[in-house]
Amino acid sequence: MRRLEALQAIYPDLEQSVVVTIMGAVAAELQSLGHRPNFFYLQHAMGLASSLGLGIALSRPELRVVVLDGDGSVLMNLGGLSTMARYRPRNLVHVVFDNESLLSVGGFPTATSTGADLAGVAKASGVPRTATVERLEDFVAEFRGALAANDLTTLVAKVEAVGPAGFLTDLGLLENRFQFARCLRDWPRPG
Amino acid sequence: MPVSVSSSQLIFDALKASGVRLISALPETWLVHLIRLAEDDPSVTLVRLAKEEEGVGLSAGAHFAGNRSAMLMQNHGFLAAVNGIVSCAQLYRIPLLMLISLRGEFGEKDPWQTEGGLVTEDVLKALKIPAVRLERQDHVADRIAKAMTLAYASNRPVAVLLCRDLMWEE
Repeated sequence: MRRLEALQAIYPDLEQSVVVTIMGAVAAELQSLGHRPNFFYLQHAMGLASSLGLGIALSRPELRVVVLDGDGSVLMNLGGLSTMARYRPRNLVHVVFDNESLLSVGGFPTATSTGADLAGVAKASGVPRTATVERLEDFVAEFRGALAANDLTTLVAKVEAVGPAGFLTDLGLLENRFQFARCLRDWPRPG
Repeated sequence: MPVSVSSSQLIFDALKASGVRLISALPETWLVHLIRLAEDDPSVTLVRLAKEEEGVGLSAGAHFAGNRSAMLMQNHGFLAAVNGIVSCAQLYRIPLLMLISLRGEFGEKDPWQTEGGLVTEDVLKALKIPAVRLERQDHVADRIAKAMTLAYASNRPVAVLLCRDLMWEE
């Protein structure tokens, strides 16, 4: 499965969600499908996308939060899985695109290439719903299942180690950040 | 344990008065009462972290979601969180209130705390993070309120240093 086709398949669901991505290929590919004000791209601070998503999910339980993470980033913040599980926000779906490499910096293999099982780590950390998928149709089914389940889910999608030619886009970091905050501010609150 | 209960209560009250509704924390001795106060208050969400850097992401997310937050950590935790502070909070201009217990200064008995005490304020200065010291109880309410005001006016991290004479009674 290619990450870009996985993103394309769930794009209609992302339109209705608050989305936080990691840097590099994930951010560039999602923007290539169409940026929206409810998408935030954490273009550095590897490992913190899931923590940032947790901060949103705990602050605004009425929002559906989707974090689009990667194997290299998750490996930098394995403890964050235990924090997520501990507070178990039911409105958070944590997708990990696992290409077994640090693609954005030249494709160095990560520990998932030698057997580290991130869904296994998430499960052992207490995340109530976990899965690893390799085929696109399974990814879409598991992702939609996670949205419908209304419970914290870590979904690891094994993807090919291919990405866009470049990672720079014309969306400024601060433009994205302030637009995103305004979008959440104006998002209808319950009651 | 001679951690000051009354100072901890004053600090917690000042955080609430500044609108803080989410507190992320990693325990250390001087912070035990503060963390308990946060846990016991139903109007505050306490997030216990595995590592301090997570708290930067949590606070950024809380801010985007319209929630005021604060991080509670030891100075060694601040040192562990530096990349997150630089490449999340500073890069993305997040108002981030950090309460840092300043171990390793004059009076420190634990040898393992002494090295961090030497460098913390210099690291804050190198990062251009404004810092204010709380050394007496009459510093607490005023300086925490002003720290939060500056964090929001500048959209940047600010540090409030919890010092020995405030936190430790012996």
